[in-house]
Amino acid sequence: MRKRLLALLAILLSFAMLAAACGDDDSAGDAGDDTATEDDSGDDMADDDEPAEDDDESTADMSDVAEEAEDSDAGDSGAVDSGPVAGGTLLIQSTQVPRHLNGTVQSGYATAVPGTQLNASPLLFDENFQPQPYLAESWDISDDGLTVTLNLVQDAVFHDGEAITSADVKFSLETSQANHPFKTMFAAVASVDTPDDHTVVINLSEPHPAILLAMSPGLLPVIPEHVYNDGQPIKEHPCNSGTDCFVGSGPFTLVEYEAGSIIRMQAFEDFFIPERPYLDEIIIEIVPDAASIVIGLENGDTDLSATLGGAANVVRLQENDDVIVTADGHAAVGPVQWLEFNLADPALSDVVVRQAIADAIDREFISDVLDLGTTFPATTGIHPGSPFHNPDTEHYGAGIEAAQARLADAGIDPSSISLAIDYIPVSGSQLAYAEYIVQQLQDVGFDAEVNTTPDFPSWAGRVAAGEHQMTINNVWNWGDPVIGVHRTYLSTNNVGVIWTNNTGYNNPDVDALLASAGAEFDFDTRVDLYGQAQETINQDVPMVYLNTPPFWQAFQPRVQNPPIGIWGQLGPMHDVWLAAE
Amino acid sequence: MKQITARIAWSLGLILAVIVMCFTLIHLAPGDVAIVIAGDSGAGDPEVIAEIREDLGLDQPFVVQLGGYVGDVAQGDLGTSYRFNEPVTDLITTRLWPTFLLVGTAVSFAIVLGVLVGVFTARRPENPISHGVTVFSLTGYSMPVFWTGLMLVIMFASNVRWFPVSGMRDVRLDGNWLEEWIDIAHHLVLPSITLGVIYLAQYSRLSRASMLEVLQSDYVRTARAKGLAERRVVYKHALRNAVIPVVTVAGLQFGQMLSGALLVETVFNWPGLGRLASDSVFQRDAPVLLGILICSASLVVIINILTDLVYRLIDPRIRVGGAS
Repeated sequence: MRKRLLALLAILLSFAMLAAACGDDDSAGDAGDDTATEDDSGDDMADDDEPAEDDDESTADMSDVAEEAEDSDAGDSGAVDSGPVAGGTLLIQSTQVPRHLNGTVQSGYATAVPGTQLNASPLLFDENFQPQPYLAESWDISDDGLTVTLNLVQDAVFHDGEAITSADVKFSLETSQANHPFKTMFAAVASVDTPDDHTVVINLSEPHPAILLAMSPGLLPVIPEHVYNDGQPIKEHPCNSGTDCFVGSGPFTLVEYEAGSIIRMQAFEDFFIPERPYLDEIIIEIVPDAASIVIGLENGDTDLSATLGGAANVVRLQENDDVIVTADGHAAVGPVQWLEFNLADPALSDVVVRQAIADAIDREFISDVLDLGTTFPATTGIHPGSPFHNPDTEHYGAGIEAAQARLADAGIDPSSISLAIDYIPVSGSQLAYAEYIVQQLQDVGFDAEVNTTPDFPSWAGRVAAGEHQMTINNVWNWGDPVIGVHRTYLSTNNVGVIWTNNTGYNNPDVDALLASAGAEFDFDTRVDLYGQAQETINQDVPMVYLNTPPFWQAFQPRVQNPPIGIWGQLGPMHDVWLAAE
Repeated sequence: MKQITARIAWSLGLILAVIVMCFTLIHLAPGDVAIVIAGDSGAGDPEVIAEIREDLGLDQPFVVQLGGYVGDVAQGDLGTSYRFNEPVTDLITTRLWPTFLLVGTAVSFAIVLGVLVGVFTARRPENPISHGVTVFSLTGYSMPVFWTGLMLVIMFASNVRWFPVSGMRDVRLDGNWLEEWIDIAHHLVLPSITLGVIYLAQYSRLSRASMLEVLQSDYVRTARAKGLAERRVVYKHALRNAVIPVVTVAGLQFGQMLSGALLVETVFNWPGLGRLASDSVFQRDAPVLLGILICSASLVVIINILTDLVYRLIDPRIRVGGAS
């Protein structure tokens, strides 16, 4: 009898475990999806991407999503009757691993998120990409556009109590100019003068309007000269991440840094903006698996994350009423995904072939079906959130028959052309894009296939060496087009390195338009020049723009003033506060 | 002693071979770490990439790089991580004990429970519980470790929320050392079960088969004939011999368990060597990867030497044979 009872108990226990495992089909299924798409966020972050398409349509889509997000979140923010409350710990989870925290020598999302909490910059930017005071309380640009003067706030101090002076801004700018990967940001800076402790005069060799945006938090953190100018190589300086000597100028101080695991920052009491930051502490926990981040958000353990993995994760969180999900923010980062051509390839050197391929691709299908509505169609290389985006360019996408007709008119037999599409291999979504495009091209009549490389470095090496025919790519705008857009079109920048002009595109008109726009301080004229450049590029079709994958952010309803500005989490969070539960 | 000394000498040669082979393989792999680093920076500037190559010494000929690396390792310097910009020894030191904690707990769980289960099923082979335990352990053995991990997360971290989803500690906890250790233990439950469940099946099957054989031995029959209590016969006389194959396998499987830890640490965001290795592979962080491989090879060698020593402790025949 005893044996039978024990056996019965064992069976019941097995059934109970089975029931628990099957009890939440959604969760189980989602977990699988999360795992499958986990790499997507990795590639999205590691590389660059975003969109523009039927501008009107994409804008509408983004607005819809934003409204939807606001609606679903209305409960959260709107439910808070009181004003900002000081205190609390904000736990951010991220898949992104920084090399260190010194943004003057290291760019990228992983460094910028903690870096902008630890260091302040001369300027902030509003939702219209217009500069706002930060360490510089005012600024002035000379009529000839060759001098930019910054007037610093009077009472700002570093975390060690030393005053932040013009010498520190000069040191930071010159350090960035010499070491930052974005060489174009300060290439036009001829010299920096410091007539007094709170005035910085930047002398330019030519008008360079991008310099204002280059003074954003993520691009020009102000670091202390008295710490870093000690003769040690700045890129390997121990104070780039050492908690014992890291001294910043931002709203939070570094108290714990464990490489690849955790970054703990506490409020800086003497921050130069009164009564800021609201939070006591921000913790960034590195979690390589986006599925775990999603579960943490669902459980309420994680406050905020912008690395949610693939589309399935985003949709899953959107269906959760207890979590707010939004596509708002990060417009300045501006990722754009496209299919780019190697114009050295004999078949693809023919613009008609490229236009036919562009016709065969349905961006709406990619965004709505393959990406479950979590990306937005793109039609140019400038992010639709940028004021320089031109919505009125040729969009293509007329369909298979239009593509066939275009080829027939030019006397081109598609069956005689073999095409292979590469993609960034860490991205599950890009594989789906490649497979879809191959199917479309086969329907047109091309002999098409997907080419898979084993990992990101292999793909990058292949593309940089021009060994590919076509590849899906993901490139970020990084604020001003001079920083993130020019590099992929200038004929002088076909230099055999990834994320340069890897198509081999060469159009003197575009070179001239970009050069003019890059040196034009008049905003409207710049908009016009970039608009013309986008039109010309779209006629030449060196790449087919696919979509812009937003930085989907998910956060708990208690998180108020979430980071949804143009730099998103790549900006200071001194205004973020936590509502009472 | 002489044998042990010889084994240590051979082991050093083995580790040198591991260094040369792994260094060569990593450098033969396609792709360029400078591109990865530049890529993370969002920069495709040839000047930047050239600077990175120069900074990392990648512009040197392969033989020069290899020679320099072996020389550095001989002096205890495993280099600097491309990815984290920190000394590899610091990274490994930081990540070593979480992995030891995880693997040690998983091994202990698997061996202790596996042997107990093995003994139980050997003594009562037709008992329904024995069959149930066997089915359960084989099911655990059959499941891929990452799947087991995800299922445990869904069941016990997401659905019923008894255990944390991931990590080794609650980063928001500000308590005393006891509270911190309890928190770590709480975080350790799911990953150690995930890692241990595979080996549980192996050890239980192995100890069952071994015990069945030993229980048929003449000396066991003699012990019973002497009138010793069955419990004493089994746990004092039979188990000591029956457990030798388990110890052998556990020693040999240590390297395998480190591999398993890689998956478990990734699923559970456990900050150990496995996760560090996984990150390093995808980031082409050769110094870290090589450091981990050297560390792993050294650990396997040490564990195997220790296994030999344990043999001698638990089996007098080996001591005698070794002496003769």
